[in-house]
Amino acid sequence: MPSLSTVRRSAPPTTTSSSSSSPPSPPSPPSPAEPTAGASTSAPSAAPAPATHSVPPSGGGPVLTVVPRRNPWTWVGVAGVGLLLAMFVNGLVTNPGWDWVTFGRYFATETVIRALGTTIQLTVLGTVAGFALGLVLAAMRLSSNAFLRTVAWAYIWAFRSIPLIVQLLFWFNIAYLYQTISVGLPFGPSFGSVETNDLFGALGAAVLGLALHQAAYAAEIIRGGIISVDEGQREAASALGIPRRRQFARIVLPQAMRSILPNAANEVISLFKGTSIVSVLAIPELFYQVQVIYGRNSRVVPLLLVATVWYIILTTLLSIGQYYVERHFARGSARSLPPTPLQRLRARWAGIATQAARRPEEVAR
Amino acid sequence: MTAAVDLRGVTKSFGAHRVLDDVDLELAEGTVTVVLGPSGSGKSTLLRTINHLEKIDRGQVRVNGTLIGYRQVGDRLHELPERDILRQRSRIGFVFQQFNLFPHLTVLENVVEAPVSAQRRKRSEVEVEARALLERVGLADKAAAYPRQLSGGQQQRVAIARALALQPDVILFDEPTSALDPELVGEVLAVIKELARDGATLVVVTHEVGFAREVADTVVFLDGGRVVEQGPPEQVIDHPVHERTRAFLDRVL
Repeated sequence: MPSLSTVRRSAPPTTTSSSSSSPPSPPSPPSPAEPTAGASTSAPSAAPAPATHSVPPSGGGPVLTVVPRRNPWTWVGVAGVGLLLAMFVNGLVTNPGWDWVTFGRYFATETVIRALGTTIQLTVLGTVAGFALGLVLAAMRLSSNAFLRTVAWAYIWAFRSIPLIVQLLFWFNIAYLYQTISVGLPFGPSFGSVETNDLFGALGAAVLGLALHQAAYAAEIIRGGIISVDEGQREAASALGIPRRRQFARIVLPQAMRSILPNAANEVISLFKGTSIVSVLAIPELFYQVQVIYGRNSRVVPLLLVATVWYIILTTLLSIGQYYVERHFARGSARSLPPTPLQRLRARWAGIATQAARRPEEVAR
Repeated sequence: MTAAVDLRGVTKSFGAHRVLDDVDLELAEGTVTVVLGPSGSGKSTLLRTINHLEKIDRGQVRVNGTLIGYRQVGDRLHELPERDILRQRSRIGFVFQQFNLFPHLTVLENVVEAPVSAQRRKRSEVEVEARALLERVGLADKAAAYPRQLSGGQQQRVAIARALALQPDVILFDEPTSALDPELVGEVLAVIKELARDGATLVVVTHEVGFAREVADTVVFLDGGRVVEQGPPEQVIDHPVHERTRAFLDRVL
C-alpha cells in the first residue's frame, strides 16, 4: 500500500515541480520560499520529499532531486490478485448453485435474526464470564502464594485438556450423573439440595461450558500480557507506595492490554464462530437454525451462505472495534499515533480541496 | 535527635554472595549523602534496603526513627504486611536510574497518581501542587505530554517531581544520571542541587564525583558490601585514607 501512495503523490505537483527540479543555480534563486510553501500544502499528509529541495547547496554542488523508491512488482501483484478476485466474483454471480434468491429470502427472516441474537448472547456471556474468571486465574498464577498458583495451573491444565464438545455434553447431561446437587459436608450431613434440572437448562449448560473453557485460555492470554510489562513499572509503583490493587488496575493492566488485546480479539472471534458447536445441545443459535431450515428445504448452499455472511458481518464489526480499542491503549506508546483510516481519508480529501482551490491562482501567476 | 536514616548492621546476601556486610550508617536530617563505589560494591542494594525494595537478612533500617519493613517482637523482626510497607514507602521518595515513568499516563498523571492513591489526598489539590512541582523542575509546559515524547533528562526531572509530590522525609536517587546522554546530565544534577539547597534529606548513589564534591555533606565509599570510608567530600575525595578509595578515585577522575 505505501508504495502505491508514494508513487501517486510524486506525480501531481506538476505546477511546483518545475521550480524544484530547475537546474542547479548558485546560492539564492529568486524566491526559494514560495515553491516549498506551495508544495507542502498541496501534498498534505507529510510528503517530505519536496521540502528538501529548497535547502541551498552547502558545498555549491548541484541540488539533487530525491525520487521515492518504486516497486513495479506491486503492480504485477495487484493485477494477479485482481484477476483472481474477478474470477471469484464471476463465479458468485453466474453459477446458479449459489442460489442468491433463496439466500435473499432467508437472510433477514425472523427465525434467522432470532438465532443470530442467541449466538450473540452466547458470545457475550461466554466472553464476559470467561475473561472475568480468566483474570482471576491469571492473577492466581502470578501470585507469590504456591497454593493459589497450583490451583490456577490445575484448572488451566484441566480445561485446556478436555475437548469443549465433551464438556458441553457433560454439563448438558449432568442430571444423568447427579440428579440433585446438595450443599453439605463430604460424607456428612446435607444442608439442602436442588434438582439439577431446575438449576440450568440447555442454554445455561452452553454458557457454563463456553465460559469455563474460555477462562482457561483467557487466563493464559492475560498472564502473557502482564508478564510482558517491564518489571520496573511495578517496582516504581510499589516504591511510590501505590496500593496493590491500584498498581494492577492503573499501572500494569493498561500496559498489558497492548499485548492482551490482539489475542483476546482472536479468542472472542473464534468463540463467536465456535458457538456453532453448541448446536449439539439443540440450542437454536445461528448455525443450528440454518441446519434446521436446509434440513426442511434441502437448499444447503444458500443457507450456509446466510450463516457465513452474518458471521462475516459481525466479525468485521468486531475487528473494527478491536482497531479502536487497541488505539486507545496505545496512548503514550509512540511519540504520536498514526492517523486512523478515517482521518487519513479526510486529510486526503482536504488536500485535494486545497489543491483545487490553489490551482487557478497559480495558473494566473 | 533521631537520624533521618539510620542503618545498623545491615547484611544482605544474594545466594552465597554477600552484597551488604554489616553496614552501619547514620544520616542527619537535611543533609546530602553521596554513595560512591565501584560497580558491584552494593551501592544500589544499600539504597534499595532503605525503602524495603530489597529485604535484608540481618540488621535494621530506620527512617525518622521508624523501623522500615519490619515489626520488632522481642529481639526478632517480623516482616510487615505489604500494605504497611507501601504506606511507609509513600514517605520515602525513590528516583530510578531508568526513570520508570508510567508511559501510558501523561506527565501530570504520573505526578498526581501516588499522592491520590497512596496518601488519599484530594486530586484537585494535588494537581495544583503537581503543576507547581513541574514548574520547579522546569517542565510546566509538558504537563499534558506523554513520557516518551520527552528527552531522557526531562523524563528524569518528571521522575523527581513525582517523588517530591509525596512530600517525602527523604529522597533516594539510584544513579539518576547514568542512563542519560552526557549533555543531559547537567539539567538533572541542577535540579538535585536545588533540592539540596532547600534543605531536603537526600541520599544519592552516583558516579559523578564532581557532583559529590560540590553538593555532598557526607561521602560514603562502599566496596565489597562494606563502608570503607565516610566523611566530608574534602576528606574522602581529596584526601582519602584508604587504599581502595584512592584506587577507585584514580580510575574515575
